[in-house]
Amino acid sequence: MVTLLNTVEDKFAREACRAHGDQADELLEILHDVQHEKGHLSDSALRTIAQALNISRAEIHGVVSFYHDYKREPGAKLTLHICRAEACKAVGADTLITEAETLLDVKLDEGGAEVALAAAYCLGNCALGPAIMVNDKLYGRVDRAKINAITAKHMAQIS
Amino acid sequence: MSVKIYIPRDSAALSVGAYDVAEEIKAQGGNDVEIIATGSRGMLWLEPLVEVETDAGRVAYGPVQPEDVKSLFDAGFLNGGDHKLSHGLTEVIPYFAKQDRLTFARVGVIDRLSLADYEVHGGLKGLKKALSMPPESIVEEVLESGLRGRGGAGFPTGIKWKTAHAQTSEQKYICANADEGDSGTFADRMLMEGDPFSLIEGMIIGGRAIGAETGYVYIRSEYPHAIRVMRRAVKAMEDAGWLGQNIGGSDTHFDLHIRVGAGAYICGEESSMLESIEGKRGQVKVKPPIPAISGLFNKPTIVNNVLTLATVPFILSEGAKTYADYGQGRSRGTQPFQLAGDVAQGGLIEMAFGVTIDEIVNEFGGGTRSGRPVKAVQIGGPLGGYLTPGQFETSLGYESLAEAGGMIGHGGIVVYNDTTSMMKMARYAMEFCELESCGKCTPCRIGSVRGKETLDKIAAGEDVAANLDVLEDLCDLMEEASLCAMGGLTPMPVRTAMKAFPEEFTGPLEKAAE
Repeated sequence: MVTLLNTVEDKFAREACRAHGDQADELLEILHDVQHEKGHLSDSALRTIAQALNISRAEIHGVVSFYHDYKREPGAKLTLHICRAEACKAVGADTLITEAETLLDVKLDEGGAEVALAAAYCLGNCALGPAIMVNDKLYGRVDRAKINAITAKHMAQIS
Repeated sequence: MSVKIYIPRDSAALSVGAYDVAEEIKAQGGNDVEIIATGSRGMLWLEPLVEVETDAGRVAYGPVQPEDVKSLFDAGFLNGGDHKLSHGLTEVIPYFAKQDRLTFARVGVIDRLSLADYEVHGGLKGLKKALSMPPESIVEEVLESGLRGRGGAGFPTGIKWKTAHAQTSEQKYICANADEGDSGTFADRMLMEGDPFSLIEGMIIGGRAIGAETGYVYIRSEYPHAIRVMRRAVKAMEDAGWLGQNIGGSDTHFDLHIRVGAGAYICGEESSMLESIEGKRGQVKVKPPIPAISGLFNKPTIVNNVLTLATVPFILSEGAKTYADYGQGRSRGTQPFQLAGDVAQGGLIEMAFGVTIDEIVNEFGGGTRSGRPVKAVQIGGPLGGYLTPGQFETSLGYESLAEAGGMIGHGGIVVYNDTTSMMKMARYAMEFCELESCGKCTPCRIGSVRGKETLDKIAAGEDVAANLDVLEDLCDLMEEASLCAMGGLTPMPVRTAMKAFPEEFTGPLEKAAE
């Protein structure tokens, strides 16, 4: 497929760049904005950003693939970020992860259509672990029952 | 007149229901109550902690859940009435009263986003003083205080500032490292959510000291709440004329930008963080040149931890000597320790250096939450060493911990009970390094993978003695040849675990567990 140089392919991505002054050093912020709106970073969004910031697509690929936050594919409707770092491990995070996998019928970091379970490496709630984060909302002293309740609550908000 | 009720809007407090509690109190109290959003006092096992202002001082109730609110009103808590959740006056709760709160003096006390409240509690005093001082004198003051980098490396802040000050560049930068990725640490987050102005004030002072007019706060994306609070705080300071041109009528100009990370532990390493602020892959750079000479956009740059910068206003307002009077040996001042893991009373404990591990874990912490015996503590994050109860008389300071084979890092202390498999923790340390290595140097990128595999072989009972030798050799190599602390310190948890619990590194896990 031939792409014309000056074709603006992704309006939202173009606007996101403009909002950051088309500055290449604001690439991470731009990627955050686009992913926040669209849920993932599509090929067309990345092409548009590369053009707007006047950097190569290879450079953008380098950045996108380096950081854990950026997703190239659409994800599940709801993602539970569950902490598996030391302080949460000390209060049973590993067991909780196994329970959550069974409960939600998904595997850690293996996606899912409705609900996905993603490993997090410290959410800064170490004295109140195990901790999980869902849509920027942090939960502490999480157990099996809470995972159920939190998932149900957030799913209800989506539908 | 309505009664003032202080409820933390700190994300840890919110994570256990502080918001719902505030809403419930508002609903039941109506015009009788005025709710003030503070940071957390740091007694996290009591969160959500609700404080009521009385003539005698603030009375604490916690942990409060929405269903407790009715009984609190019935007990007359608006007048400090007795209730099963009451802890009396907050400031005399031993956990709180015993601390040396300098950096965290205002956290949990003030309305976190009210500049007026901030000033009433001593805010801006340091900045006002600094604006009347020549930059060299500010650097000198910080140098004399003995303040060292609270991010983990412990490098003297004054020397860093002096180096950057001496550069003749027109453009310099000051960056706050708020990429607090170490598990078991949350002091940066609490500070930003509870007293954001103090960080900004420290950065303006630093900017004047070294001649930087632009600053960045690099916050990890796992801290969305802190990001929001910091953005609002920057706006408030701009509106009040404390950021921008001619700050406080002086010749100092300073602009501050918030940058958000994207989930990379390595970006807490300063050169990697600077790359990330430039919009690039967060890869570690070879030093020299050090950032103070050539950093962000190749200009002289100071990178300091949040706690370091937030301590600067105190040093300026109260004097270097007052700060340096706290501490032991070459570890001057205070460290906000963060106590987490399997501990009954986890939270933030700011103490002068010199406090022992035992005092923190057993006196403040009250032992384990599970009631099981303590097996080990890990101090200083995922790259810190494991220490056992036999070493708990060790005092907490940069030098004393190094002597004990550990490091203070960012002041995080994670408690593990006797069910913990140290073999698994050692393997996890290697796995974490594999996941988070930036990939630039081989000892870290490949060493971590080989380390994990070798530990798996040991766990399976495969050529145990030979593989232990391989692991030792590999740890030597990682320590000596890695570019930064990620690969260089990953062996620390592995080796300290092996040294303290050699019996767990002798074969199949089942056997070790017997």
